[in-house]
Amino acid sequence: MSGLYGILWQEAVVFRRKFWATTLGNMVSPILYLIAFGWGLGGSVQMNGMSYMAYIIPGIIGMNTMMISFSNTGSSINISRLFYKTFESYMISPINMTVYALGKIIAGALYGAYSALLIIILVSVFTTDLAITPYFVLVALLNCLVFSAMGFFVGLLVNSHSDMSKFTSFVITPMSFLCGTFFPVDKMPEVLSWIIYLLPLTHTNIALRSAGESPEQMALHVGVLVAYFIVLFVLGAHHCKNVE
Amino acid sequence: MLNIVDLTKEYKNVTAVDHLNLTIEDGEFFGLLGPNGAGKTTTVRMISTITPKTSGDIVIDGESIDRNLTTIKAKIGVVPQQNNLENEMSAWENLEVHGILYHIGKEKRRQKIAELLEFTGLTERKDDLAKTYSGGMKRKLMIARALLHEPEMLLLDEPTVGLDAGARRKMWDLLKRLKSNGLTVLLTTHYIEEAEVLCDRVGLINKGKLVQLDTPLNLIEEVGKVTVEYFEDGKTHEEFFRTREEANTYAGTIEGEVRIRPSNLEDVFLKFTNRRVES
Ligand SMILES: Nc1ncnc2c1ncn2[C@@H]1O[C@H](COP(=O)(O)OP(=O)(O)OP(=O)(O)O)[C@@H](O)[C@H]1O
Ligand SMILES: [Mg+2]
Repeated sequence: MSGLYGILWQEAVVFRRKFWATTLGNMVSPILYLIAFGWGLGGSVQMNGMSYMAYIIPGIIGMNTMMISFSNTGSSINISRLFYKTFESYMISPINMTVYALGKIIAGALYGAYSALLIIILVSVFTTDLAITPYFVLVALLNCLVFSAMGFFVGLLVNSHSDMSKFTSFVITPMSFLCGTFFPVDKMPEVLSWIIYLLPLTHTNIALRSAGESPEQMALHVGVLVAYFIVLFVLGAHHCKNVE
Repeated sequence: MLNIVDLTKEYKNVTAVDHLNLTIEDGEFFGLLGPNGAGKTTTVRMISTITPKTSGDIVIDGESIDRNLTTIKAKIGVVPQQNNLENEMSAWENLEVHGILYHIGKEKRRQKIAELLEFTGLTERKDDLAKTYSGGMKRKLMIARALLHEPEMLLLDEPTVGLDAGARRKMWDLLKRLKSNGLTVLLTTHYIEEAEVLCDRVGLINKGKLVQLDTPLNLIEEVGKVTVEYFEDGKTHEEFFRTREEANTYAGTIEGEVRIRPSNLEDVFLKFTNRRVES
């Protein structure tokens, strides 16, 4: 496992060096969403019997961990492969490429988890509505892993940085708006909501709110996320062994 | 020992390496010499498992190499043509990560790193980020990194490209020291002088094919030790001769400006590939 340690050590060194830029950068968009939708719009809106602010905080955590995990792993792999060529130094080294995939995905997920932590600290200043349960933590972490694994796979697959941002525009951004971040999925036309129920972020957002759900439903969300993670991880690790 | 058997790499529009056969002995300093696009980098990248081969075999100490065979990869050290350092990390950190990935124990790792920083003259700058390094320093750091896990064989893809004359000479001295330590080296270059100074044997490669293979001296002798160079019809011509007398006789028959000089590898190259090597 010294391969895994090596990759995480490398990521930790870079994280420490960019600590403030990462920390401040991670806080900008959640703060904007909280201001715009929580205070601005939210003052006059009630959602499912609670204040809109209380409603969107878990959604913002779901959305933001998705974005941060995906983009950190995705662009890190993509740039390292196409631009800095550091990816090659790992291909040459005796590290098993599955371990490499695991290391990079964990690192990206930790960036996502860190951003979630920042949001939690941020909102705890002016609301006590957010209940952090072990289930909440589990779902948030799974969400980070799913989208970090997706970033890894897409970063390997796509052969230019602009295609990377196209994927973000066509897949990641639509998910952030449609998967129950800002409003419940059942407000959507029925056919559309079926499709949306297949997407991982939908399950994350519902699970993070977990209001009035049965244990079976709660388990289903976890199951969907785990399944997504396994499929994306296997795809990424497999592709890693054959990529040029 | 490195055995390359019928190694071929086909891209969509070109055959970059075309049925290449080559054996490099332990302790040998081997030069792969060729013009731009000859297939040098592709060969090195296939040996280092970055580029999958189309067909053929690469065998190190009796074992075929493959990206997913982790043990055999530890026997090779690679210095690619293009910088692939972690730019946001210092020299020391770059080496430390490499050491961890190659399973070198902490104590030995730290000691080797200090030693190699000294060897490459980077000790004073070891805590500066790699992105702040000059081209020559980056190359040296990459060599230090490739040596850290004590490989049996070093692959150097154009180690002195982009270095000024002084830095190139220092790099040669460093490579000569490696050679005297008994390391097996495969070096690619299009600097003829580099191959003449460093290599035990030289393979001339053009359009993915091996054109000639011998010691630099033998290659020069084979072509003719003496070159007569003259200018006619708007072009420079070269003729090669075994002895100075023959060359003198021939030079006497030519009108206009004639120069008689010892042949070098560039002449060999020219003769076998019919094109001038850019340098
Ligand atoms: N990824 C690739 N896709 C398509 N063709 C490629 C690729 N890499 C190399 N080639 C082609 O393979 C041939 C050999 O290239 P290679 O880089 O091995 O040459 P080289 O001898 O290293 O040249 P140089 O001295 O310029 O570094 C060239 O025709 C090049 O265009
Ligand atoms: Mg090259």
